[in-house]
Amino acid sequence: MYRWDFAPVLAHADLLAAGLLNTLRVTGTALVVGVALGLALALLRLSRRRLASWPAGFVIEVFRTTPPLVQLFWFYFALPLVAGIEMTPFMAAATTFSIQSAAFFAEVFRAGIASVERGQWEAARAIGMTRPQALRRVVLPQAVKRMIPAFMERAIELMKTTTLVATISYADLLYAANEISQRSFRPLEAFTVAALAYFVVIFAASQAARRVERRLAASGDSTVR
Amino acid sequence: MEDPRPLLRVGALAKSFGANAVLRGIDLDVRRGERIAILGASGSGKSTLLRCLNFMEIPGSGTIELDGVVLGRPAAGGARAYREPELVPVRQRIGMVFQQFNLFPHMTALGNVMEGPRVVRRMPAAEARDRALAELARVGLAEKADAYPAHLSGGQKQRVAIARALAMDPEVLLFDEPTSSLDPELVGEVLGTIQSLAREGRTMLLVTHELGFAYHVATRVLFLADGRILEQGTPDEVLKAPRMERTRAFIARHQEFRL
Repeated sequence: MYRWDFAPVLAHADLLAAGLLNTLRVTGTALVVGVALGLALALLRLSRRRLASWPAGFVIEVFRTTPPLVQLFWFYFALPLVAGIEMTPFMAAATTFSIQSAAFFAEVFRAGIASVERGQWEAARAIGMTRPQALRRVVLPQAVKRMIPAFMERAIELMKTTTLVATISYADLLYAANEISQRSFRPLEAFTVAALAYFVVIFAASQAARRVERRLAASGDSTVR
Repeated sequence: MEDPRPLLRVGALAKSFGANAVLRGIDLDVRRGERIAILGASGSGKSTLLRCLNFMEIPGSGTIELDGVVLGRPAAGGARAYREPELVPVRQRIGMVFQQFNLFPHMTALGNVMEGPRVVRRMPAAEARDRALAELARVGLAEKADAYPAHLSGGQKQRVAIARALAMDPEVLLFDEPTSSLDPELVGEVLGTIQSLAREGRTMLLVTHELGFAYHVATRVLFLADGRILEQGTPDEVLKAPRMERTRAFIARHQEFRL
């Protein structure tokens, strides 16, 4: 019978905290940049001009269909060789996951925008709005509301995918857990505590997202009743 | 003294969707203060005609002239090319009310009506608000200002949509089957609202299946068939004494089950 002992792991709480902070830094950066860049990519992709929509579609498809680990290696190992661009592990991780999540968020945005009825565009334009005005004032607010569940799903996926950064020696939470397991010879406990930290952060975030959804449901048009 | 120049002049307007020619040459002059009811079977092109007038659909060929200005530029094959910067101000002058209301669900009734003055005309918020409240009062819904569309009845939604169009001070109002998706008991309040606008002397074009309403409100009635104006005249001429067989049949079908 295995005897659990968390004390040696918790003795390295400072390492775990630093790891968690680093995980949140990469995830947060990738979320913020990913959403902004994702919206831009979605709008380009929805453009009627092929010169805009094709390159955007290309970027989206490449980053959605290739393994994130390979993307990470491109930015960290290949770019210095090919283009002479050196990056710190954090920069490489943030860049990889920003572009990768932008590709996913672009598809979420595109689906959200496409789900808004044509009549909404027409009503906006019938009162004389330009296309950008209609998008900003009428279509996007409704699209974003419908996107929240898909957005949350991606954010959770993203946070867990960032564990790959350990492979380029970025000291994230999982990297810290690995360190601790080697120092304390308590791998089960170390990784369990790390998993618990992921659970707490992600669960809290998804609860918060549900609360936002419910608040937005006040106008009677939302995904949560 | 009546303005001799038509506010809106449509010349040889045609529009196809793929191989389906929906409009096959419409000529129409609309003078200020005219109220034109457009009748016709489904597929006759009446909604498409209306939607071409504010460029919800881009006409295939022919011309649309607003207040003496022919819109668009000549392009290949008899068509005209329309650029967005030209159409945006045109749409501000031509209001539209849709069959499905198309209210903005994330805004209150007041927000819906304020949106045009505030965002399109860049009116200060307080002024836009007063204007919107006045328009809501005009359609009898001042007390619903803070309600979201989801909490309004169909008739109330359509009246808010009318207020939203009015808030832009349109020179022409287009009604695209404004009561067709309403429960029968809610039709009256919307028709009443439109009738009060008619009394104000507004210029309007109205696609409708309510023949009685067309008879009482319109100054002119058009009957469309196969993308052409088959017959037009005063309500008495077209609705009481139609000359064409198809018009007669259409009117008879609509009155089949009258009490």
